[in-house]
Amino acid sequence: MTIQTEPFIVNIGPQHPSTHGVFRMRVVLDGEKIIDADMVVGYLHRSLEKLAEERTYTQNIPFTDRMDYLSAMSNNLGYCMAVEKLAGIRVPERGQYLRVIMAELQRIANHSMAIGTFINDCGAWQTPLMWMFAEREKILDLFEMTCGARLTCNYMRIGGVAFDIPDEFLPAVNGLLDDLPRKIDEYEKMLMENEILIARARGVGTIPRDLAISASLTGPMIRGCGIPFDIRKADPYAVYDRFDFAIPVGENGDSYDRFLVRMAELRESVKILKQAVPALPGGPYKVDVPLSIRPPIGDAYARVESPKGELGYYIVSDGGTAPYRFHVRAPSYINLSVLREMVIGASVADSIVSLGSIDIVIGEVDR
Amino acid sequence: MTLELTGERVVARINELLPDAHAEAVGKSVYVPAESLLAVCEALRDDADLRMQHLTSMTAVDYVTHFETVYHVQSLAKNHLAVLKCRIDERDDPEIPSVVSVWYGAQLQEREVYDLFGIRFAGHPDLRRIFLWEGFAGYPLRKDFLQIAAGAQHPGLPHFPKQEQGFGVLTGPNWTAPPSHES
Amino acid sequence: MTALSGFLLSQWYDLRDLGNPVRALIDWINGWGDGTTFHWVGYIVAGLIGAAAIGLFLGIAMLSLIWIERKAVSRIQIRYGPNRTGPFGLLQPVADALKLMQKEALTPLAGDKIVFWLAPVVIFIPTLLVFGVLPFGPKMTAANISVAVLYIVAIGSATPLVIFMAGWSSNNKYSLLGAMRGIAMAISYEIPMVLSLLGVVLFTGHMDLNGIVQWQQKYHVWLIVLQPLAALTYFISASAELNRTPTDIAEAESEIVAGYHTEYSGMKFGLFYAVELGNALAVSGIWATLFFGGWWLFGLDRWIPAWLIFLGKMYILYGALIITRGTLPRLRIDQLLDFAWKFLLPLALVNVLVVALEVTIWQENGISAGIVLPVFAVVNILLSVVLVVGYVQSFGFARRQRPRRARLITDTLAAMPQ
Repeated sequence: MTIQTEPFIVNIGPQHPSTHGVFRMRVVLDGEKIIDADMVVGYLHRSLEKLAEERTYTQNIPFTDRMDYLSAMSNNLGYCMAVEKLAGIRVPERGQYLRVIMAELQRIANHSMAIGTFINDCGAWQTPLMWMFAEREKILDLFEMTCGARLTCNYMRIGGVAFDIPDEFLPAVNGLLDDLPRKIDEYEKMLMENEILIARARGVGTIPRDLAISASLTGPMIRGCGIPFDIRKADPYAVYDRFDFAIPVGENGDSYDRFLVRMAELRESVKILKQAVPALPGGPYKVDVPLSIRPPIGDAYARVESPKGELGYYIVSDGGTAPYRFHVRAPSYINLSVLREMVIGASVADSIVSLGSIDIVIGEVDR
Repeated sequence: MTLELTGERVVARINELLPDAHAEAVGKSVYVPAESLLAVCEALRDDADLRMQHLTSMTAVDYVTHFETVYHVQSLAKNHLAVLKCRIDERDDPEIPSVVSVWYGAQLQEREVYDLFGIRFAGHPDLRRIFLWEGFAGYPLRKDFLQIAAGAQHPGLPHFPKQEQGFGVLTGPNWTAPPSHES
Repeated sequence: MTALSGFLLSQWYDLRDLGNPVRALIDWINGWGDGTTFHWVGYIVAGLIGAAAIGLFLGIAMLSLIWIERKAVSRIQIRYGPNRTGPFGLLQPVADALKLMQKEALTPLAGDKIVFWLAPVVIFIPTLLVFGVLPFGPKMTAANISVAVLYIVAIGSATPLVIFMAGWSSNNKYSLLGAMRGIAMAISYEIPMVLSLLGVVLFTGHMDLNGIVQWQQKYHVWLIVLQPLAALTYFISASAELNRTPTDIAEAESEIVAGYHTEYSGMKFGLFYAVELGNALAVSGIWATLFFGGWWLFGLDRWIPAWLIFLGKMYILYGALIITRGTLPRLRIDQLLDFAWKFLLPLALVNVLVVALEVTIWQENGISAGIVLPVFAVVNILLSVVLVVGYVQSFGFARRQRPRRARLITDTLAAMPQ
């Protein structure tokens, strides 16, 4: 007897607990196996690139917060660097150091969130997420102390940073840095040799090395495949070339390797911070730049290593106060290129793990 | 530091590889004619000297008189970066070869450019709108989309999408599912 | 002391066992008329008291469990948990229940309305029925049937049907996926569960739960010492059917939203939630009865009410379920089924074999229990440790995985693939 069966189309999202926002994945299922997949995005499209063409360069800084709302500092940094590159502005030493400190704190905060939600996607009942949140909270408190906002910081300015750090910032950050390595040890002990986590994530969502390069992957996605591509090393910006740190890479390019890379990056960020905080020089933290700055005609592409990957800003100036064209190379969006390759042939459960290991933020995917 | 290759350096190499590519250097960027874009990209990727394996960013700019697509390509091994640009003079139905066959990562970025600029990419395996829905009137990132300055009262969409087909975006008792809801 | 306990013993006011007043009442009713005519009244009254007691107990237990579980899990997750409604958030379950009752009970338009409505009602029945045979004290069993172990297994296997009813009638793809997963899992885990119960039944020679408790009382030992393998397999396979976190693939939140009860809202969802807690409590109750001496606690049950001992054990063992829920990620369905067929089933079979051998040696040769039971305990504990550790060492994922840590590269350009 033959049983007549037909494939089964399921919309995972846009309202779904593990799509990290309003992401929608249409999958064609044969039983539990995915035989075809397609992503549908745009539910959070705010036409940021068009809006930016109507506002001055300084007014655009808060927009960048709203893209990847989990790493606002890195977004600010990339945008300000692009405008500085276009206008030829040099940022004073103290400003550069503050930028590095904030960006690395943001990386720790973002990776805490990424690891927590990733393990949540693997099916843990929120425990790792809550543990990771504890550290993230402390970092957000530091941000609040500095610029008054926790998520959408709006801290970087063209030519430096918006405010100098308050007096209580340095003791707080030093206390956090003393505390963090012990906490990271704790997380590693809790998560790394977990049998179920390994069973769930090992060999899931594997990306071949060639595909990783060809598909323009960046960040932990490409480093998980064993390619040590990190803008902080390849194209050092701010003062990253003065610090001694290493780039963690995985080997197989599967979800578990990406998790390992993020885990190791927490440590490396602490290492950078431990060098940057004592070396923080005095002097001005910003240069005076007119609020409605008019960069010369031309275009510039500046990029930073945001926690998600390479965050690039391509800005075209027509000599006016607003950018003529404002393009964001969003790492979350481009890392999604390989989603289809990762999920086809896997089960529904694995596809969620793969998606979680990309670490997307819909605000950045849709912009 | 990533070396940002000057246009001359890249053009010199392109001319060695493909003598009839007609690439032209302007400052840091290289203007490549649309006809030879695919060949140039393939040559740059496979060339042992340049090894442009990684398409960093791909986007387009509307210069009102023409469109320009911009490709930032880099080599991970050599750690250098080049900017390729391609000029499209056609405005009503701009078309340019797709580089998805060269760099897989161009897939989503070209879909984005198609969605927001209306530039069609010949040879793209799956060219659909991505952020906006099929049938959205106009291409928002074109400079003539929002014409507030020109005195238009209601820029953008004249009515709800797909309204002319007999159903709006709202659902209700009178709503019937379209025959092909997805595309 | 003996005089006191003799004075109390089995009188209607002996509340160490709540069965005593009920027994007295039934005896009084039976004594009406000529002593035979009104037996049916006593039968009905006894049944009603049992049903009311179980209903009341379950209601209070579920409310308390919601609070205990939320509070315990929040401690695992380094947060406070409910602390706003009432002292220590004790009124949180009441608030939850009131909120659920206020909510609109939605029914999917294209669903099968009757089955959709029936499923949350029917799913309550197996849970209630299991509590009917649990011995809360020597005389506190609502239905003391002689094949209680078999009965529990039979009642427990009705749950997949209800899960499928809920999943199918919702006309939702997530629900259907969840129902399919739930059935696949329930059927697989039934087998190791039954086999682990078989070990207990073989060893004690009893199929009624009170008999098993009395056996443990007689030999003054908890069965977990003699049957660690059976206790482990029973715990894992029974908790697998509870749809709680390490094995909640049927309602995997991060994958298929809420599985078979995705479409349920309001109190219908509340019923599913309550049943989940009730089943968990039932499993810990059965576990306590079979392997931890039930209402018996090394003679202390003479002084402490038996039902308090049993409740205490039940809640402590429920803690084990909370800890597994709070600390483990979920397995994938194929891994979960692999685990049932390749780990639990062989383990349970080995256990049955060993138990059969031991019982034969013991009974055939008539050796005294004082000599034979310690030997069996040592042998069985050693065997279970060897089997479990050996399995983990040879088939575990953690040992085979590579790399264990990310490789750190300082000179990135040199390490870049050409």
